[in-house]
Amino acid sequence: MTMIFGIPIQAFLGQLLVGLINGSFYAMLSLGLAIIFGLLRVINFAHGAQYMLGAFIGYLLLAHLGIGYWPALILVPLLVGLSGMAIEKVALSRLYNVDPLYGLLFTFGLALVLEGAFRYFYGVSGQSYMPPSQLSGGTNLGFMFLPNYRGWVVVASLIICIGTWLLIEKTKLGAYLRAATENPTLVQAFGVNVPLLLTLTYGIGSALAGLAGIMAAPVYQVSPLMGSNLIIVVFAVVVVGGMGSILGAIVTGYMLGLAEGLTKVFYPEASNIVIFVIMAIVLLVRPAGLFGKDA
Amino acid sequence: MAELTSTGIDRQTRARTEWLLVGLGIAALIAAPFFLYPVFLMKMLCFALFAAAFNLLLGYTGLLSFGHAAFFGGAAYFTAHAVKEWGWTPEFGVLLGVFGAAVLGLIIGFFAIRRQGIYFAMITLALAQMFYFFCVQAPFTKGEDGIQGVPRGHLFGFIDLSVPLNMYFFVLGGFLIGVFAVWRIVHSPFGMILKSIRENENRAISLGYSVARYKLAAFVMSATLAGLAGAMKALVFQFATLTDVTWQMSGEVILMTLLGGIGTMLGPIVGAGLVVTLQNYLATSEFPVTVITGAIFMICVLLFRRGIVGEILARFSRGESDAR
Repeated sequence: MTMIFGIPIQAFLGQLLVGLINGSFYAMLSLGLAIIFGLLRVINFAHGAQYMLGAFIGYLLLAHLGIGYWPALILVPLLVGLSGMAIEKVALSRLYNVDPLYGLLFTFGLALVLEGAFRYFYGVSGQSYMPPSQLSGGTNLGFMFLPNYRGWVVVASLIICIGTWLLIEKTKLGAYLRAATENPTLVQAFGVNVPLLLTLTYGIGSALAGLAGIMAAPVYQVSPLMGSNLIIVVFAVVVVGGMGSILGAIVTGYMLGLAEGLTKVFYPEASNIVIFVIMAIVLLVRPAGLFGKDA
Repeated sequence: MAELTSTGIDRQTRARTEWLLVGLGIAALIAAPFFLYPVFLMKMLCFALFAAAFNLLLGYTGLLSFGHAAFFGGAAYFTAHAVKEWGWTPEFGVLLGVFGAAVLGLIIGFFAIRRQGIYFAMITLALAQMFYFFCVQAPFTKGEDGIQGVPRGHLFGFIDLSVPLNMYFFVLGGFLIGVFAVWRIVHSPFGMILKSIRENENRAISLGYSVARYKLAAFVMSATLAGLAGAMKALVFQFATLTDVTWQMSGEVILMTLLGGIGTMLGPIVGAGLVVTLQNYLATSEFPVTVITGAIFMICVLLFRRGIVGEILARFSRGESDAR
């Protein structure tokens, strides 16, 4: 068997793939957080819960209505996004004039309610969600065995991340968004409906979380707790990347996922905490984060 | 908190009423175990001190820590381990827990104060989660089981703490010392500087205060007092488990403070009392506690950000200025 650094190459590549998959979800979630934070100045603690909600809606659509993975890929983000917009309209929009910490506390409460409710109805044990038939099975790449669905997750998340980045950097809507991030009052004076823009932004951010959730459903178990454990890691990712740049959030997500995978190979005991350790080191060396602009 | 511009006599009567209320409160706490279940009261006192310690940081320094469970639960582990495995007396066990929490506070605070506002909250949350994973894996915490069957022992070698009333007065003593410490810190020149940092950090820097050092000091003090609460809790319930180091516990103490009133002396104590009572009440029902907790969070943030005590105080001062 081929060895690399004293580790069988199969195991090495296997963990690297797991790291890449985790990194894909870190990237998608921290991207959503960064978009919301950029415009609303709110840290969306409910992001993990919305990710869980996405996975659960996908699961419920399949179990009760027989709607499969592909339609769910459109429907789930739409539903989660709409619910996000409703929440922004009813509650979050009232908190823009007070300390940003209240936004964090509100969304924390929201996360608790969502998680508690799903726990009450579905318990803590996970439900499994089969990958669609087109993507079941795997491919032998010669040096390793790649489950098709996991390959799809990596490719799709890359497309989603780059697509969102292009949306923000290259389109008219994105230009409004960036302008409103810089100076909302001025943009409003030019006749742009900034409150609507804020609602839309929270909708897009939540939709991204929902989309990540439905994509995660076949990889991990669909469980009420799947979001809360993830969101704390994603917060660390966001601290490392700095929330100044969209691209920064994406790159940091993938990098830290890979770092976690590598740690699992060489020192499994530390794999849970490696991202937090990296965060601490970054705080010492570059407190603003790797891509952060604010000092 | 808006300071009232009242005349000297007003202030004197006010101070006298305040002391009278504090005296009445302490008398009620001394009498309480003869009427109510002592373990429930002790739980309340521990959480009230935890919330008061947390409020020292959030209410008076303006730093929202999302990781205070690390100090509370960490101290519980240290105390439980010292008392059970090393056979220390309870007072030294508690001291070790408090000391351990202070060291943890120094480490976590050192990193967290490098960023402000929302980042500060996320960093404390992440570092506390790291400590949680450490507790899951470290052998001395006994993993999922936790440290069970911790003996309460004999205070100073001769007061038997397995007698509920003795234990109660031990906890009450710790609680009063802790809350007095918070009061003393807030009303000292040091506390004034903390408040100035809360109000306008850049101004405080330009006035020549090394803000980072003050923040770290406040963080460590808050962690230390949270540790005292956790250490006592370990002796009351005679166990230390992972529950006390989870992020949910950090959220709970935020809720207690928010519900009672951020930046008020009495608020966190009232908030802790309410939340503990509510949990006790819901513990027997089927209904999930987190849904209620989350809903209270959202209602507080949307409708009364000043909290119960804060709203009452605001009513009072408004009423007074109307009368004048």
